[in-house]
Amino acid sequence: MAHELPYIAAIDEAIKLEMERDPTVLYFGQNMATTENEDFVTSFGHDRVRVTPISETAEIGIATGAAMAGYRPVVELYMAEFMLVAMDQVINEAPRFRYMSGGQVKVPLVLKAGYGFTAGWAGQHTGTLGALFMGVPGLKVAVPSTAADAKGLMATAIRDDNPVVYLHHYLLTLEHGEVPDGEHLVPFGEAAVRRTGGDVTIVGTGWTVGKALAAAERLAEEGIEAEVIDPRTLAPLDLDTILESVEKTGHLVLVDQAPRHSSVAAVIAGDVAEHGFGSLKAPIRLVTALDTTVPYSEPLEAYVLPDEAKVVDAVRKTLQTVSA
Amino acid sequence: MRPDTARRLLETMWRIRRFEERVAKLKRQNEVHGLVHLSIGQEAVAAAVCCRLRDDDAVYSGHRAHGHAIAKGAPLERVLAELMGRADGLCQGLGGSMHLVDVEHGLLGATGVVGGNVPIAVGSALAARLRGTDQVTVVFFGDGAAQAGHFTEAVNLARLWALPVVLVCENNGFAEFTPRSAHTTIERVSDAVAPFGFERDTVDGNDVEAVWDTFGRFLEQARAGRGPLLLECLTHRLRGHYEGDAEAYRAAITADEWQQKDPILRFQRRALLAGWIDEADAAAIEREAVAAVAAAERFASASPFPSPELAARMTYT
Repeated sequence: MAHELPYIAAIDEAIKLEMERDPTVLYFGQNMATTENEDFVTSFGHDRVRVTPISETAEIGIATGAAMAGYRPVVELYMAEFMLVAMDQVINEAPRFRYMSGGQVKVPLVLKAGYGFTAGWAGQHTGTLGALFMGVPGLKVAVPSTAADAKGLMATAIRDDNPVVYLHHYLLTLEHGEVPDGEHLVPFGEAAVRRTGGDVTIVGTGWTVGKALAAAERLAEEGIEAEVIDPRTLAPLDLDTILESVEKTGHLVLVDQAPRHSSVAAVIAGDVAEHGFGSLKAPIRLVTALDTTVPYSEPLEAYVLPDEAKVVDAVRKTLQTVSA
Repeated sequence: MRPDTARRLLETMWRIRRFEERVAKLKRQNEVHGLVHLSIGQEAVAAAVCCRLRDDDAVYSGHRAHGHAIAKGAPLERVLAELMGRADGLCQGLGGSMHLVDVEHGLLGATGVVGGNVPIAVGSALAARLRGTDQVTVVFFGDGAAQAGHFTEAVNLARLWALPVVLVCENNGFAEFTPRSAHTTIERVSDAVAPFGFERDTVDGNDVEAVWDTFGRFLEQARAGRGPLLLECLTHRLRGHYEGDAEAYRAAITADEWQQKDPILRFQRRALLAGWIDEADAAAIEREAVAAVAAAERFASASPFPSPELAARMTYT
């Protein structure tokens, strides 16, 4: 059985279910005392739902210490950029302890943050930072693109014994979708094939999955059938599903909202170039944001970002390369 | 002080001293690989604080962690094996000198980024509070950490949530290679936390009795749920910031000054005078420390290097 929910509510549903199921799950955040979180406070009390000051380093560090001592904190960070204030804790403390202790401790911690809010939020609130965290051994990274995955990946993140950066896309906040009732777990490291097709493989994450699907529909009108893959987690990354698809299609277009040089697309391109070169009939094409700060003005914002037309164009070009 | 306490403190301090002197030699011989920070001269703080704690009390340390690990009960031979990168090291050779962890003895973590351990230790104290136990967390840090933003952030939350943590500052007057006066106008670290309004004190950190007494009082408060507290221990780092540091930034202490300052010799004189031990005891305690370090070295040298595949296997659980 399923029910319809907005993406953002599906995340809350997962946290609530996990908090009911496991008394060691804690929820920290700067605005936990506001009315929208009243339900959490009423259900679980202030011991478990904790209001924190604007001190990202202390919030994440304290959550790490509590995790090492047997709790499972979820830290609500609101914006992925706010994690940058606490780089030491996110990159150099939480993901290192299990390793450096030779496996004596574990850090079951979820860092929840929104990202990619390219709706006039300008240079400091719009970043797509997944690839940054993906490159940190010890961190796992989840990037849901649907309401169902938003719920299932959060539940899995909370039960995981490693620190997980859970990045929900702000432009998907109010997108509705069917969400399975009750317990729903989406395994990490298993990509979803959102559309099947034999002519070209398109990989997108978060908001760009929708752009890839829209482009695929336009291409279908021209007789081009695209396969659209959503990795769902960046670490672990399901490279096998991408390689299998490329083996079938021979063409790969990678769509990413991040600037090219800090994109997941660039990482996947490297992996496919090494492990799937024999399958490729044309060079891999990347449709990413330009290597710029995200500008404020609306037409400029659109100019630097990937969109449906840019994806369609990239697909046409890769297919033309082989026929030329 | 009870004679058995005096004996235990002296034993612990000698074990740390002889261990670290040996480590300095092994570092020069390249048997100890990597960056090493020694705490010779600061042993009284580690001994007095850790000998007061139970195994289930948590300790977080930093880059100068050997003394804390040994005083908290980590076996000498496994600490040395870790420093030598061997399979029988506390952390199987994956952590090394700056990241000693011994969960069995309550040494939960040591971080190499100055002050990075303070928020994590506060989280450990939060866990104890939520579990409803009387476990106390102690975090060791240097005077340099007190100028870092994460220190103040963590102290603020420890106070706001009234958590059972004792912040123990080992103030040796130098943040790495720079005197405190070049970094801040606040002379005492205990004054830096004054606005938070919790109990704090500064003691002579080379006087093991002073640390033992004041920390004992603070520990009682923390156990009863009246935390946080901060104990600043003024001490002296006899060696450089790291092994190999040329120490051009400070004048060497004279032999006479060191005779007066050395926390071990000072306490040994005091213990003899008080009749807690006699000359034969004093000699035996030191001899036993030397023998324990020699045994640790035999163990560590015989331990194999870890299998390389361990390096890839340990990233995720």
